Amino acid sequence: MANFYLDTPELRHHLNHPLMKRIVELKERNFKDKDEYDYAPIDFEDAMDSYDKVLEIVGEICGEIIAPNAEDVDHEGPTVANGRVTYAQGTQKNLEAVTKAGLMGVAMPRRYGGLNFPTVPYIMAADIVSRSDAGFENLWGLQDCAETLYEFGSEDQRKRYITRVCQGETMSMDLTEPDAGSDLQSVMLKATYSEQDQCWYLNGVKRFITNGDADIHLVLARSEEGTHDGRGLSMFIYDKRNGGVNVRRIENKMGIKGSPTCELVFKNAKAELCGDRKLGLIKYVMALMNGARLGIAAQSTGLSQAAYNEALAYAKDRKQFGKAIIEFPAVAEMLSLMKAKLDASRTLLYETARYVDIYKALDDIAKERKLTPEERQEQKLYAKLADAFTPLAKGMGSEFANQNAYDCIQIHGGSGFMKDYACERIYRDARITSIYEGTTQLQVVAAIRYVTTGAYLARIKELEQQSVAPELESLLSRLKAMGAKYAEAVSKVADSKDQELIDFTARKLVEMSAYLIMGHLLLQDASQNAIFASSAQVFTRFAEAEVEKNASFIARFSKDDLAYYRK
Amino acid sequence: MNLKIVVLAKQVPDTRNVGKDAMKADGTINRAALPAIFNPEDLNALEQALRLKDQYPGSTVTVLTMGPGRAADIIREGLFRGADNGYLLTDRAFAGADTLATSYALATAIRKIKDFDIIIGGRQAIDGDTAQVGPQVAEKLGLPQITYAEEILGISNGRITVKRHIDGGVETVEGPLPIVITVNGSAAPCRPRNAKLVQKYKHAKTVTEKQQGNLDYTELYNTRNYLNLTEWSVTDVDGDTAQCGLSGSPTKVKTIQNIVFQAKESKTISSADRDIEDLIVELLANHTIG
Repeated sequence: MANFYLDTPELRHHLNHPLMKRIVELKERNFKDKDEYDYAPIDFEDAMDSYDKVLEIVGEICGEIIAPNAEDVDHEGPTVANGRVTYAQGTQKNLEAVTKAGLMGVAMPRRYGGLNFPTVPYIMAADIVSRSDAGFENLWGLQDCAETLYEFGSEDQRKRYITRVCQGETMSMDLTEPDAGSDLQSVMLKATYSEQDQCWYLNGVKRFITNGDADIHLVLARSEEGTHDGRGLSMFIYDKRNGGVNVRRIENKMGIKGSPTCELVFKNAKAELCGDRKLGLIKYVMALMNGARLGIAAQSTGLSQAAYNEALAYAKDRKQFGKAIIEFPAVAEMLSLMKAKLDASRTLLYETARYVDIYKALDDIAKERKLTPEERQEQKLYAKLADAFTPLAKGMGSEFANQNAYDCIQIHGGSGFMKDYACERIYRDARITSIYEGTTQLQVVAAIRYVTTGAYLARIKELEQQSVAPELESLLSRLKAMGAKYAEAVSKVADSKDQELIDFTARKLVEMSAYLIMGHLLLQDASQNAIFASSAQVFTRFAEAEVEKNASFIARFSKDDLAYYRK
Repeated sequence: MNLKIVVLAKQVPDTRNVGKDAMKADGTINRAALPAIFNPEDLNALEQALRLKDQYPGSTVTVLTMGPGRAADIIREGLFRGADNGYLLTDRAFAGADTLATSYALATAIRKIKDFDIIIGGRQAIDGDTAQVGPQVAEKLGLPQITYAEEILGISNGRITVKRHIDGGVETVEGPLPIVITVNGSAAPCRPRNAKLVQKYKHAKTVTEKQQGNLDYTELYNTRNYLNLTEWSVTDVDGDTAQCGLSGSPTKVKTIQNIVFQAKESKTISSADRDIEDLIVELLANHTIG
């Protein structure tokens, strides 16, 4: 029996982080649900045990059902007829399994039928699902939208819609349009209020909508006539039961083929406003995107794991020149680096998830009562850390997933180029992760402010103070030396006050921040658990060379050199 | 329609992953080397029962299993997937039972449960592969039986319609309730464990398990009765000890041999008379036939 949770002990390590104590405490509020719901935990240990047991279910479904279906789903894909989407047969079976297992609405409160799980175990499930079939993660992971409904919808809307999601109905977030991709301010889909019918009607076209034939849609639309920017946009809920939206076509994609990417036509589609008018983009979509970005970071980590597993198995099995190819240093080096990048992505992913958990749980408590000054401070601290770490986790995680998928094929050699092995699907599936929910370049835009304000540096300094196992002291000194080089590069660029230079070097600086943070986190992991020992060694050496490279580029670069790069 | 369904399930050693240490020197199964699992076809049977419950809300699914104390896992696994309750038949007197003594014990327990419409179990268990227990239970209870079931198609006017898996196809048959059904492995696989049910029932324990100690949540068993799993001894089900376990088992094992399969290259034999003749000669020569 394949179990994708139990066969990866790294996951349990991240689940059992000391900060979970605080997270569970905030999430379960004195465990008051236990008197009302027979599945609510009784105390901290019971809650942790429940997360573990539910992840075991996820691991089993992924190993026994979703992963075995992945190849057929990739070949068959969804189809569209008469405006409606039919999923591939394997996808239907996957959805049935996760619904029967009660894995929809994982993070939603129990009063709507959810499991009330923190972000950490929810994201861990996403990590595991992505390893089994990244395309299926897109459908399952869209339950994230319920989070937005929960945060910004009315109580009546939550009751009507979130309960349905918890019972297995799927969601979509309809943002992109033909002329509004990265620039969502240009959204044109029109929302008109009918006084007569006392409701909103949506008209227009949306493009590249993942799971566009979902039961419940969150739609970004222009509610303020005559406006042209983000301030004229509001968020709406469209219920498929009301009709009015048809799928015109499904995109023929390179990867994640099981997930239907749809072009939607809204024709007088009845919809209801979610939250306040005009806050659609500037508040709600921003919140939605941050959640979605963490989801892509999880998807990337799952893909990195899949790539590593495939490569490792092949390298052990394949014999050339009389021995398994894993015995050749060139192959072993690739595998070690793949594992190091995987472990680095994962440690950053769960660090970020924990930050998100704390600030979101405090946000939620603030709906019921006034936070104490200490709590407010805690909320602010973790919200800021979450904002700073999310683009790093998404940006670096997705780039590493692509690098690992590339190396996975490389290790397979000629066979990897054939369609006979899973590695080619992983390679195609990974490609989107550094593009959607904001390209890597846009993650850099989101992250650079934390470079220039010194927020990352401050966090790195804190991490430098943490104690590590004696045998890892030398790695810590190397990381400290790298930190000094990073600080130097940051001040050179920031002191120039030249926006073009900042933008130009942003990616290098953001990457350096990420290498340092990941390195420190891995060092902490390795100090507690020997399974991370090699990755901490390998990653620090890799990061050292990368930081050196970027530092040297920046040190030798002058503003005047920008001229060579202008197009 | 509120159906009362009893699922017969067995905990078995996972013989699908047999290593070289699967058998002890004396020819008995080395249980320590093989993980104990829910007999696969019993899971198919459980799924059929749960589908009936989905179709007819208000129906109940009861898991009945016989085995040592740790077979309580089978009841928990049932609860995690949607069963309502379960009974563990456990007693030293039940030990060493062949199919006759097993079906006697199960039938006695079912009589004790009293109220039932459908008794359903897997076709056979992967440790013994006899496929006898289901039919014997039906005989002992004087009930009709449908074997090799692949799908329960429906129930109306006290009659159940079942699709059976037979050689070269399927047949659809009908029978009156109450009835015994055994389910084939080709039936729908069992649904996964449910996240809420796992959290609800994960502390469920039998009296013996509770006595074994280390209870983290003693209070729970007073306030949440569904966490107390029922154990039945021979006396609890009013059984006749002589008909149970070893003493109730006419089957006697004469010898056990450790056979190592020696897979050979396959060969293709055409339908020509000459080839068939050669094959018969070969099979006679190696005593496979004759």
